[in-house]
Amino acid sequence: MMHFRTRFITQGIAKILIWVAALSTIGVMILILFQILKEGLPVLHLRFFLDSPRSMGREGGIFSTIIGTLALTVVAIIFATPLGVGTAIFLREYTRESRISRLIRFGTDCLAGIPSIIFGLFGFVFFVITLNMGWSILSGGLTLAAMILPTIISTTEEAIKAIPYSFREVSYSLGGTRWQTVTRAVLPNAIPGIFTGIILSVGRSIGETAAVILTAGSSLIIPTSLFSPSRTMAVHFYILAREGISMEMAYGTGATLILLVLAINIVANWFLNRYIRHRA
Amino acid sequence: MILEIKEKIVEKILLLIAFSSISILALIAIFIFGEGLPLIWKLGPKAFILGGRWVPSQGSFGILPMIVGSFWVTLGALLLGIPLGLACAVFLNEWTPPLAATFLRPAIQLLAAIPSVIYGFWGLVVLVPLVRNYLGGPGLSILSGSLILGFMILPTIISISEDSLRALPPTYKAGGLALGATHWQTIWRVLVPAARSGIVASIILGMGRAIGETMAMIMILGNAVKMPTSFLDSARTLTTNIGIEMGYASGDHRQALFATGIVLFFIIMILNSLAIFLSRRRTG
Repeated sequence: MMHFRTRFITQGIAKILIWVAALSTIGVMILILFQILKEGLPVLHLRFFLDSPRSMGREGGIFSTIIGTLALTVVAIIFATPLGVGTAIFLREYTRESRISRLIRFGTDCLAGIPSIIFGLFGFVFFVITLNMGWSILSGGLTLAAMILPTIISTTEEAIKAIPYSFREVSYSLGGTRWQTVTRAVLPNAIPGIFTGIILSVGRSIGETAAVILTAGSSLIIPTSLFSPSRTMAVHFYILAREGISMEMAYGTGATLILLVLAINIVANWFLNRYIRHRA
Repeated sequence: MILEIKEKIVEKILLLIAFSSISILALIAIFIFGEGLPLIWKLGPKAFILGGRWVPSQGSFGILPMIVGSFWVTLGALLLGIPLGLACAVFLNEWTPPLAATFLRPAIQLLAAIPSVIYGFWGLVVLVPLVRNYLGGPGLSILSGSLILGFMILPTIISISEDSLRALPPTYKAGGLALGATHWQTIWRVLVPAARSGIVASIILGMGRAIGETMAMIMILGNAVKMPTSFLDSARTLTTNIGIEMGYASGDHRQALFATGIVLFFIIMILNSLAIFLSRRRTG
């Protein structure tokens, strides 16, 4: 009987420790949000978003960095989406498990694990120097596109996988070719999944700093073309905080980043619940 | 006939696109090696990797302090991240009081989504002063860096461990309980060992994330180039070495930073391959 009791005491202790772990994870999350939002929210006025930074960011707002972030993200999505969706279609609809598909999967998995500073080094020597694009929206956007490619591939694959096989059978039985089946039966049903992947990638692009600072530069001027250098919000936040230019402005920019990330996650979750999990 | 040709063309184009990720990986390797290898060649791999002096202005490039720095910070992060991550994975999978899980899941998602500069900033304004006031030292230290990194790698460890726990056949749990084991005994002696290859893969990927983290570490570690001797010392990692100096480096100095990148790339590729091998075995 004694043994019987110690077993349950051990279980009780384990349960308590696991609860502590779970609660401290939630706790740290809340502490981070609380600290940044408490100091940052008071800074957020319309003026803060619509004024460009003055005297290195000590005064004014963050307008030019919003434009920079937007431009870089759009370029990244435009390049990564067709490549990612195409890869997912190929892996799911055009090939079974084979040496080629294993090689492609290996490449995608490895790419997903490469640290952003390595992408930064690569983007710098390849886009900025070798292709002579300079520090620019285009260099930064292309580097980001390479970074988010694995996310788009995997979410699109998940979406395609969830489509019942009968959809394809109907298309084939009507005489549809493979490409017709893909474009008319598979892809339309995978769009919510692809969209979720894009939203998550936008989140990653907005927060990325190491790769962007080496490829897009840190100019505070409002970009006018794809070849203008630019500073994103995340880079601006980093420079303000690290060089101690203005804590107030840093908190404001940080709070903006956090609010964006929160919004993006809520939208992605809502989409996932509404269109994907329920159907599958 | 035209339809058939179109099908063939489409298939070839898709094949070409599907190779984009592997081509990008190859391009990354080619360009980083191309830029950094000449310097490693000039200094000798041994002098570069095992050299203890990094003084770019005098042309000495030894990255041993950074390798040691990366090692300690990663070890510290794993000491925090593994128990916490496993506990959360078990919590989500086994004891899921619905209300708690509805908070834990979004919290983990957000931990994954928060940009690393935000972590770095929070560490700088909250954690670093705490360490400085209560434990001494500069505060900008391996300890502060490890604590932050431990939380940053949590989402990786939790999501992959949880997947592999969930993939176990329900008969495992039923069998354990039927033998008279308590719920905890079943978890610890049956479920966790059965899911171990997935759990190990999650830890390896978490390790990769820890070694690769840059911006948060630049802000928290203090970046001194010297052999760290205690957890309260300031340190520099492979990534922060690149991140700090890339902005103004040129010539040999820049090549040395790319060479640091080669070492980092090498470590990451080994970890990636290990994790991929382990998770293949799980599904196969």
